[in-house]
Amino acid sequence: MITYLSNNGDTVLAALRQHIWLALVPVLLGFVIALPIGWLGVRFPWLYHPLVNVAGVLYSIPSLALFVFLPVLLGTKILSPLNIVVALTIYTVALLARTVADGLRAVDPLIVQAASAMGYRRFKRLTDVELPVALPVILAGLRSATVANISLVSVGALIGVGGLGQLFTRGFQLFYLEPIFVGIILSVLLAAAADGIIVLIQRALTPWTRA
Amino acid sequence: MNLSYLFDAAHWDPSATGSFPDLLLAHLGYVALALLIGTVIALPVGLYIGHTGRGSFIAINAGNAGRSLPTLGLLMLMVTLLGLGLLPVLIALTVLVIPPILTSAYAGMRTLDSQVVDAAKGMGMRPWQVLTRVELPMALPVLFSGFRSAALQVVATATVAAAVGLSGLGRLMIDGLAVNDYSRVLAGAIVVALLAVLLDLLLAQVQRWIVSPGVSKRF
Repeated sequence: MITYLSNNGDTVLAALRQHIWLALVPVLLGFVIALPIGWLGVRFPWLYHPLVNVAGVLYSIPSLALFVFLPVLLGTKILSPLNIVVALTIYTVALLARTVADGLRAVDPLIVQAASAMGYRRFKRLTDVELPVALPVILAGLRSATVANISLVSVGALIGVGGLGQLFTRGFQLFYLEPIFVGIILSVLLAAAADGIIVLIQRALTPWTRA
Repeated sequence: MNLSYLFDAAHWDPSATGSFPDLLLAHLGYVALALLIGTVIALPVGLYIGHTGRGSFIAINAGNAGRSLPTLGLLMLMVTLLGLGLLPVLIALTVLVIPPILTSAYAGMRTLDSQVVDAAKGMGMRPWQVLTRVELPMALPVLFSGFRSAALQVVATATVAAAVGLSGLGRLMIDGLAVNDYSRVLAGAIVVALLAVLLDLLLAQVQRWIVSPGVSKRF
């Protein structure tokens, strides 16, 4: 494995770099899109169930199917990394919109009433009170979305863009174990690192949870 | 959007190899087999850990580890290690089934109200009766949602398994891409997406049937 790494260091690093981009850009995009959608599901309670159902249906579509279907919808080339980014963004939104809605719904109504009584307007109350209180739930969802994205990117290798997944297809074609091992280990480590970073962010943002 | 492959009657002939019914059946076969083996392994272990509280560490970390394993890498690793065939793919699929079921069985047992369990014991139930008549029915909602996500993951991964030479609906996409037959790729994507969505809806319905009305609060 050491020899493989020293001979192919550049390839592995390039694959890792692409993997990080392909996994994390959708996490950020998805998070930004899911916040208002989740909020709508709480603001208008009749929207909650349709939202959960649509999210469930989207999330259940197998990744390979979504990867190859998007070029038809978007008019992109099949080899375009955009397909992967859009597909993973869809999964992230599907997972997070529900988590955001659940997190906001679980905020103690007494806290909301207290904030209103103190003079908070709706938007300010949302950003200053409800979102921070719901943050542990939302960030737990973000953690699973991030970890799932990192493991899903590799499937993209089957349509030519897959970060570390390219090490899998190469190893498989050559019947050569080293690149596959390296790819799996790096992918799992990357997931663990991203997960750990979100935990640290959560600790920094919600100091009251560990009083 | 070219749907000619999907609506070509010749591709719906059940007796032809590579037709939709043939591939669908193979696909469902892999999914059922992996779910069965995975459940037989993971369910007792998860229930035991949840019931006794011993080894919680394993149950919690199994879930995290399982989610972070790249499915394509696992498939290709198994096939490279053991050669082409059903067995390595089945092992990979089963490995993916185990974490969600193990973790949800554990979580279902852990979130039980301990007073209910005490009441059951106080009524003179034997440990086996407490498990089968009280703990299992009450843990079922959580447990079954773990089973549902395992089922979805296996459907998706069985699609990817076409890349390592297996049959199933992934064949349409992998072969279609290989020969630039985009109509076939699209047909595969649509059929497998429909399969996943319908399976999830079906399992949601099954969950409604088997969860006791006393637990789901629907009398």
